[in-house]
Amino acid sequence: MEEIIAHLTPILKEITGYIYPNEIELHWGLLVVIYPYLTGLVAGAFILASLVKVFNVKEVQPTYRMSLLTALAFLLIAPLPLLAHLGHPEKSFEIFLTPNTTSAMAMFGFVYAWYLMAVLLLEIWFDYRKDMIVWASESSGLRRWMYKLLSLFSSDLSDKALKFDKKAAKVLTIIGIPSAFLLHGYVGFIFGSIKANPWWSSVLMPIVFLFSAIVSGIALVLLIYMVVTPMRGNKIDMTCLNKIASFLFYAMIVDFSLEALDFIHRIYESEESIKILAQLVSGKLFVSLVIIQLLIGMLVPLIAIAVVKIMDAPAELRRLVYFVSALLVQVGIFSTRWNVVVGGQLFSKSFSGLTVYKMGFFGLEGLLVSIIIMVMPFVILYVLFKVLPPFENPAQS
Amino acid sequence: MMKNTGKSQSTVSRRKVIKNLALSIAGFFTPGILKAGEVLEKFQNWVLGENYKPAEHHWGMGIDINKCIGCGRCAAACKNENDVPREPFFFRTWVERYRIFEDGEVAIDSPNGAVDGFKNFPDSDKKIVRSFFVPKICNHCENPPCVQVCPVGATFKTPDGVILVDPGYCIGCRYCIQACPYGARFLDPETRTAEKCTFCYHRVVKGMTTACVEACPTQARIFGELDKKASPLVRFRRMNKINVLKPSLNTEPKVYYANFDMEVK
Repeated sequence: MEEIIAHLTPILKEITGYIYPNEIELHWGLLVVIYPYLTGLVAGAFILASLVKVFNVKEVQPTYRMSLLTALAFLLIAPLPLLAHLGHPEKSFEIFLTPNTTSAMAMFGFVYAWYLMAVLLLEIWFDYRKDMIVWASESSGLRRWMYKLLSLFSSDLSDKALKFDKKAAKVLTIIGIPSAFLLHGYVGFIFGSIKANPWWSSVLMPIVFLFSAIVSGIALVLLIYMVVTPMRGNKIDMTCLNKIASFLFYAMIVDFSLEALDFIHRIYESEESIKILAQLVSGKLFVSLVIIQLLIGMLVPLIAIAVVKIMDAPAELRRLVYFVSALLVQVGIFSTRWNVVVGGQLFSKSFSGLTVYKMGFFGLEGLLVSIIIMVMPFVILYVLFKVLPPFENPAQS
Repeated sequence: MMKNTGKSQSTVSRRKVIKNLALSIAGFFTPGILKAGEVLEKFQNWVLGENYKPAEHHWGMGIDINKCIGCGRCAAACKNENDVPREPFFFRTWVERYRIFEDGEVAIDSPNGAVDGFKNFPDSDKKIVRSFFVPKICNHCENPPCVQVCPVGATFKTPDGVILVDPGYCIGCRYCIQACPYGARFLDPETRTAEKCTFCYHRVVKGMTTACVEACPTQARIFGELDKKASPLVRFRRMNKINVLKPSLNTEPKVYYANFDMEVK
């Protein structure tokens, strides 16, 4: 209690205009920024994987398994920031036991469980089944048993079974695309359906979330591919990289258009909230929205990728541009989440004043926990890469 | 004989056996369920008082802005009555002061929710055109967004139209705080659960009025029945031009304001 008071008291001096007295405590902080960022990466990485299986984009095959494992690693951590931000994490199971059917948030558990159990784990299992059987037969001791267990003790390597694996993975990807849309579109809906908040309340919110998710997911897999491949002493497949960069570019164009539409629509309609939102954008959100999200995270990578493509730049330059662009995109999309979540709470619902967000370092909702949560998916990904190497793919060759 | 037994066994289908079994087992529990109903009613009577039937009431509040003198007794009484944390970040009710200047500028303030009233009058060279006080409180909406979004159903509407929070169920996700357009909710710093005005439900079920209404020296606030003809609130709504906060959001507030200015947010 004392901590909260000590945290809130200095904020009183930084309020401009009038905000409702209960609004001084800003409720959804960094952790709730991280949550949509992580689920966005999951959805985006999965969409990239689906390009191979459903849309038959053969060029990006080298990243197929990598995308799936990336999606899994991030999905496993995605609920953690939500859990940590709850006032009573120990009661979170109530969301499963007694969900309120009118609440978008209550659907979280079901959407999450569906995506994890019915889509991602199954698809990975079918895709790796043959390899796991082979690895089990090639290794010994604990490792052998681990693969046996992971393959659920299946041992059928007949053509018929392998054909079924392929078919199952394809069907699961087809189910997976709308599921990935659901997973992240629904996160957008959580914000977009709050009529009390004009910054959030927009029917475009789920779609904007979705496309920014695809952008961030593709960029992340591109980064992982570019880091991991040379580390293993392999050459980066430029056809694959060019193709991923193209898809990143297209997704960014759609994302940018949607955000521009949202922006223009708001200004054109000029509703009651426009004055305070204009103050917000030109003031407290200027750096994170205009400079980081729009300029550094969107326009610079867009132009850079377009330029190297049009100029037919040499492979080395392309790699550099793709890598830096993908990094900037990550910063930009994180900033997008920040601007939505924190930005939506910086102005008063009285539309008469602005407040500030002060981030702590220690504590469950502080910076330290957030950094740990952000690092965890990469640790899991490292373990997954060790256990289920996504590199050699004898099933495909 | 053996054959016969076999035949009779086959005529009783497995489905029927299971059905009968289920029914008989259910029979064992019937008295228990009936008893549970009785216990629940007894419990409700114990909580609400013997004579209080929630379905027979429909509560609301009327606030006459012209009558409010900004003394803040209501906000202070609420904090006392409901053990609301004293710090200036947690309010079930508060009072706002509006000053509208000649050039159209509007200044709104509510120092410490007006728990200590408005002591100092800030100096300003500008001429004030209008000035008034607006008490704020949970609107106990007929169509409450907070109830809609609560993931676990911890916040709910009672049959008599009051919006309450069950702190035993609240997981502290704060979605309801985000969904409330009026800033009427806060997270209790002690319990880490959502808190808000209860229309002093613990008093109302005993036939008393709310603490804020009781403390108001000018009767700017009226608490009462919305549907009963003899109710002063019904008269209040008949005798005044009435407005509610943010009507465009279709939350259908049950706190009705008389002499409402367009600048009230």
